[in-house]
Amino acid sequence: MVDETTTGESGRITTSQKLTRRQKQASAFVDATTVGWKMMLFKIIVLGLLCATAVYAALVLFMNDRWLVGSLVLVGAAALTWIYLKRGVLPAKYLAPGLVFLLIFQIFVVLYSGYVAFTNYGTGHNSTKDHAIQAIMLQSQDRVPDSPTYAVSVLEESGDLLASDDLFFAIVSSEDEVLIGSADQPLEQSTEAEVEEGRVVAVDGYEVLEFGDLLERQTDITDLSVAVSEDPNDGYLRTQDGQRAYVYTSRYIYDDAADTMTSTETGAVYRDTGDGAFIADDGEQLLPGWQINVGMDNFVRAVTEESIRGPLIYVTLWTFAFAFLSVATTFALGLFLAMVFNDKQMKSRKYYRLVMILPYAFPGFLSALVWAGMMNQEFGFLNNVLFGGASIPWLTDPWLAKVSILIVNLWLGFPYMFLVCTGALQSIPEELTEAAQVDGAKAFQAFKSIKLPLLLTALAPLLISSFAFNFNNFNLVYMLTGGGPRDVSAGVSVGSTDILISMVYKVAFVGAQADYGLASAFSILIFIIVGTISVLAFRKTKALEELN
Amino acid sequence: MAVTAPGSAAPITPARQKVGSDPLQWWRFGRTEDTRLPRRPFKKWWRETGWRHLVGAAVVVFSVFPLVYVLSASLNPGGTLISANSLFSSISLGSYVELFNRPQQPYAAWFLNTLVIGLTASAGSVLLGALAAYAFSRMRFTGRRVGLITLVLVQMFPQLLAMVAIFLLMMGISEVFPAIGLNSQIGLIMVYLGGALGVNTYLMYGFFNTVPTSIDEAAHIDGAGHARIFFTIILPLVSPILAVVALLSLVATLSEFVIASVLLRDPERQTLAVGLFQFISQETSQNWSVFAAGAVLAALIPVALFLLLQRYIVSGLTAGSVK
Repeated sequence: MVDETTTGESGRITTSQKLTRRQKQASAFVDATTVGWKMMLFKIIVLGLLCATAVYAALVLFMNDRWLVGSLVLVGAAALTWIYLKRGVLPAKYLAPGLVFLLIFQIFVVLYSGYVAFTNYGTGHNSTKDHAIQAIMLQSQDRVPDSPTYAVSVLEESGDLLASDDLFFAIVSSEDEVLIGSADQPLEQSTEAEVEEGRVVAVDGYEVLEFGDLLERQTDITDLSVAVSEDPNDGYLRTQDGQRAYVYTSRYIYDDAADTMTSTETGAVYRDTGDGAFIADDGEQLLPGWQINVGMDNFVRAVTEESIRGPLIYVTLWTFAFAFLSVATTFALGLFLAMVFNDKQMKSRKYYRLVMILPYAFPGFLSALVWAGMMNQEFGFLNNVLFGGASIPWLTDPWLAKVSILIVNLWLGFPYMFLVCTGALQSIPEELTEAAQVDGAKAFQAFKSIKLPLLLTALAPLLISSFAFNFNNFNLVYMLTGGGPRDVSAGVSVGSTDILISMVYKVAFVGAQADYGLASAFSILIFIIVGTISVLAFRKTKALEELN
Repeated sequence: MAVTAPGSAAPITPARQKVGSDPLQWWRFGRTEDTRLPRRPFKKWWRETGWRHLVGAAVVVFSVFPLVYVLSASLNPGGTLISANSLFSSISLGSYVELFNRPQQPYAAWFLNTLVIGLTASAGSVLLGALAAYAFSRMRFTGRRVGLITLVLVQMFPQLLAMVAIFLLMMGISEVFPAIGLNSQIGLIMVYLGGALGVNTYLMYGFFNTVPTSIDEAAHIDGAGHARIFFTIILPLVSPILAVVALLSLVATLSEFVIASVLLRDPERQTLAVGLFQFISQETSQNWSVFAAGAVLAALIPVALFLLLQRYIVSGLTAGSVK
């Protein structure tokens, strides 16, 4: 079946092998001259823009101390430029644009999920330890009693292109030195400032904010704390009005050598015990904590903690059942309808097909929302009209909700199966059935032992991918039942119709406590399941062997 | 949802043998090519064909009633979930007007955002996919087979599996470049383009293979360069598959909820899927009529496109399944 194309291509290869050197030169010459100057100009402009953007992006990244990412941007841009300027490397020219996006937003994010699964990333553990220390010190500050008042000037970096949005404080110290600092950078001495009447009025490389600007950025200014020195225990400079600044110190003292936080009020000592937070002897945690590598912890929690393991097993089983039953029901109905309508004597089949395409064409998330309305227990169309005022808990009973999901998915999915089954049926020659009937087989027998096996072979890849799709059919579950009815006993927020992917979403994004680490661990689990199924399925169908 | 993935994500051997006389153009059977069989007696007709219409009627009712229900609800201004049950009790466009006058739920913005994001992402996907499919179909290079196998495997892993990582990546990007990070539509489009190659290339690759290479060779001899061959000769020849892929990825983007809801935070920037879902969760059953109006408007474009392009879609779907 592949012959048509392969012979064509192999033919081409042999002719290109037969070319003499001269012919090759000639064809290269033709290629070179046919690249019109317009094309060349276009190429130069696009590549120029690309390089300019890359250099700008890299500069910004370097200024933010992201050396690795910045260098990667430069290397990537250089590689792209090389690909498009070098003669030859044709496949790379055509593959590069898609590959760039594929590498970043598909391959990289998968690997990154793998990394996150081994961390405690989540609410309260978002950042590095230094940031956490700073955040704790900033959270609970009191003005130092009797501390001096400084006349403060608020500055911003001058220049447009590379200037950040950051604000700076400039003060004149008691020794008449000008000190400048920002949120990320403690006060430092500056010699390039002009001082009038004890107040800084101009600094090289900065602009002093006028009264109007101060009003405009009021919240930014009142939120700003500038560390007095490298040691956070020395306190922070803050201002309420952009005119006068005071020194504030934290209610916690950080001991660098012992790596502990001590509360000045209670005297309690919080230690870094390696769990990504400062923890007191009585188990009390200081939040925020920071992000650490927790090894297999998330996976171990998933299989040992009863409040997670129970729901996880339940959800996994239901995911398999849901995906399998969805494929089975839609395929059965689709095949049945395809057989019913596969009768050449039947009129107006075209119109039936048109109507049957409608559920398929209607956007799926809307269908689920509409069905959710119709299945509402008190007010829904099904209970009030079709079942004459019954009060059937379509979406709120754990078992009936599962049935409802399958019904709605049947409505959504049968047109697709009908279309592909019809196509497959019509490609099976009628003679086969006729021959069987001549041999004395009953109609059903002929169907069962001749058409059905042929049909299943032809449709196997589609059924597998339909299974894989339903395995992650997030929209249907989330829009119809929201995963509910909720299982209150579970330690993670899951309900009895949740499938794995909606569980990942809930653990990571729904509710106050986000746990990215655990959610990623669940994603990795889905990856492994889907990967195993695909490998097994492809082995069976040998789809990969046909690639040439 | 069901619309897209089974079709687009199918690990299938596409329309390779679809040149020449084609037994699969089954929509043709619906046309009046029948050779006017002699009229059968009613009993025989019923046994052979008539009962099929009975099944047909049942299927029509099953397929259509939710759609009729939502249409009727949208024409019933001020209607709640319960008053939507009496179908077509009143007919007025009031809800459609109200839909555009709700400052809390900027429907017009959602609609426009969805359209812009959907069109850009699907145009981008088609272009990226076609470029890659051309390379795989017409060129022989080291790593080609591995590349094809990788693409087939990649399409088994939809992007939403990595939603946490995508969110964290975009959060990192917005620390440095807020314009393309969280809450940015450009960022969302870039994420969608990341899925383009995996989903579409394989389907297109099969179709590109059906265009005889002799056409390329003829053009090459006439002095056309590879870029001209691709853009002016090959692309027009494969336009059916371009239409199918464009439609499927447009519809996929319109219905995409997970990544859009994670990345877009401002109501003004959200898409229809995110906006309408939040609308429903906030208002539950009071403003059912307004929601229904929103749903009908949102469905208009995809349904119209499906009906217009159904020939291509059906052939695109069935081509894959049949050896």
